Amino acid sequence: MIWVDTLVQGILLGGLYALFAAGLSLVFGIMRLVNLAHGDLIVLGAYLILVVVSATGMNPIFAAAVAAPVMFAIGWTLQKVVLNRTLGEDILPPLLVTFGLSIVLQNALLEGFSADSQRIGFGALETASVPLGPVTVGVLPLMTFGTAVLTILVLNQIFYRTAIGRAFRATSDDATTASLMGIRPARVFATATGLAMVVVTIAALYLGTRANFDPSIGPARLIYAFEAVIIGGLGSLWGTLAGGIIIGVAQTLGAAINPEWQILAGHLAFLIVLLVRPRGLFPRGKD
Amino acid sequence: MSALLETKGLTAHYGDFQALFGVDIRLERGETVAIIGANGAGKTTLMRSLSGVLSNDPDMIHNDGAAVGALGADTIMKRGIAMVPEGRKLFPSLSVEENLIIGGQHKGGRDMGDRIDGLIARITGGDDPSALTGHHDGTGYWTLDTIYELFPILRERRNNPGTALSGGQQQMVAIGRALMSNPDVLLCDEISLGLAPVVIKDIYAALPKIKESGASVIVVEQDIGQALKVADRVYCMMEGRVTLTGRPEEISRDAIHEAYFGAAA
Repeated sequence: MIWVDTLVQGILLGGLYALFAAGLSLVFGIMRLVNLAHGDLIVLGAYLILVVVSATGMNPIFAAAVAAPVMFAIGWTLQKVVLNRTLGEDILPPLLVTFGLSIVLQNALLEGFSADSQRIGFGALETASVPLGPVTVGVLPLMTFGTAVLTILVLNQIFYRTAIGRAFRATSDDATTASLMGIRPARVFATATGLAMVVVTIAALYLGTRANFDPSIGPARLIYAFEAVIIGGLGSLWGTLAGGIIIGVAQTLGAAINPEWQILAGHLAFLIVLLVRPRGLFPRGKD
Repeated sequence: MSALLETKGLTAHYGDFQALFGVDIRLERGETVAIIGANGAGKTTLMRSLSGVLSNDPDMIHNDGAAVGALGADTIMKRGIAMVPEGRKLFPSLSVEENLIIGGQHKGGRDMGDRIDGLIARITGGDDPSALTGHHDGTGYWTLDTIYELFPILRERRNNPGTALSGGQQQMVAIGRALMSNPDVLLCDEISLGLAPVVIKDIYAALPKIKESGASVIVVEQDIGQALKVADRVYCMMEGRVTLTGRPEEISRDAIHEAYFGAAA
């Protein structure tokens, strides 16, 4: 029974990692940009929610709804003003610039909020649990997983069923021809990063309510997110969910054997997938 | 009366290489103009300039009296100048129908993105890059249904990926995609390249209907016979210059031969 419990907890943890990864996957899928500051942007989102909660005392979910448009604007501006200039044939400039951005964000958060660890209070929800068949699961992990599935469902609908989604795919295929269709690629990319930052805000809500956070934890979240994206196959959002679940299950299984093995087991699962399926489990068509 | 589309001393460079040397062409409303010439004559460069893919001096290209040479491809398209690019360039991630829809999705008018850019330009004191959009409303004869009437095979294949079609069918999608914005000017770059003669005939059979819908057309053709058949006027280019211009019935085969290949040695 303990193994069933471990498995379920692992799957639910995978939901959190999928949320960390969904924004990264979206941006990579559209503009082949690996944003090394992604983890730090999640932490920035968590501080933003924390500030709104402390200032107004509102429920963290509503605070995240307030933070989301702000994060969209930050992402849109970041892409338009900085990241668009780095895109091109050479893959090094975006890596260097987002790496620099990661350092800037960490230090700015350190300056503004100190190194003390923080937490966004969620009241009774933090410890609530419900029976789920033979096991008992926390309400918050269950919410996280549900949100991850819903987020990916909505992102897929946007990607495959809407005008902006068509523009995303067309621009990703061929930016020059897209511009002949009246699309301005720089603008499409800015919108995509804005959308990714809304997903980051959702991830930040659960990052900040499920555990403590401080300005330095971004890069570790980036690693989990990155591993989930690679395992799932670049550009596939459902693959990213699968990747998150694989890392989550590997981590909880590792921890069940020996608590010291939690993080290691996740990375080992990533390496095994990379060896067996270098293009990930569900690679999207070409490249 | 200003021409619908006109170039004045158009030059173009790729780095140090100069591809166009003062090209003057003119397209009047309702006309079909053919541009012929050998490989490397500068035909595609001319089309890339007209469609805004290559940026030029503003005064080198005029559309309805406005200097549009420096505008980007997206703004040019919103002014009602649509392009069927060389090599068709369908979007592989989009189905046939989505390829068509996307051609009309951003047509005409100043959209929200244009307004945001305009606002930023006003705040920062820069030029509003989209000030010249909003002149063409993009409505007209062409809709998904009328495109499917023009090319019925596309209706059957509408859910296929665009790239799963034969070359001729892909060319139909590329033409339909450009028509979806109900353009005033349709630029067709090498639409018969690599296609079988019977397929080329099918493609050109759509031209009268396209003209009837109100579009004026510039076709770039290597097939001189085809060009002379469809065009009201012909420009022949060689080494980045216009070497011959006239009505098909006025120009002799010898003159074309000379303009195409240079003076006989």
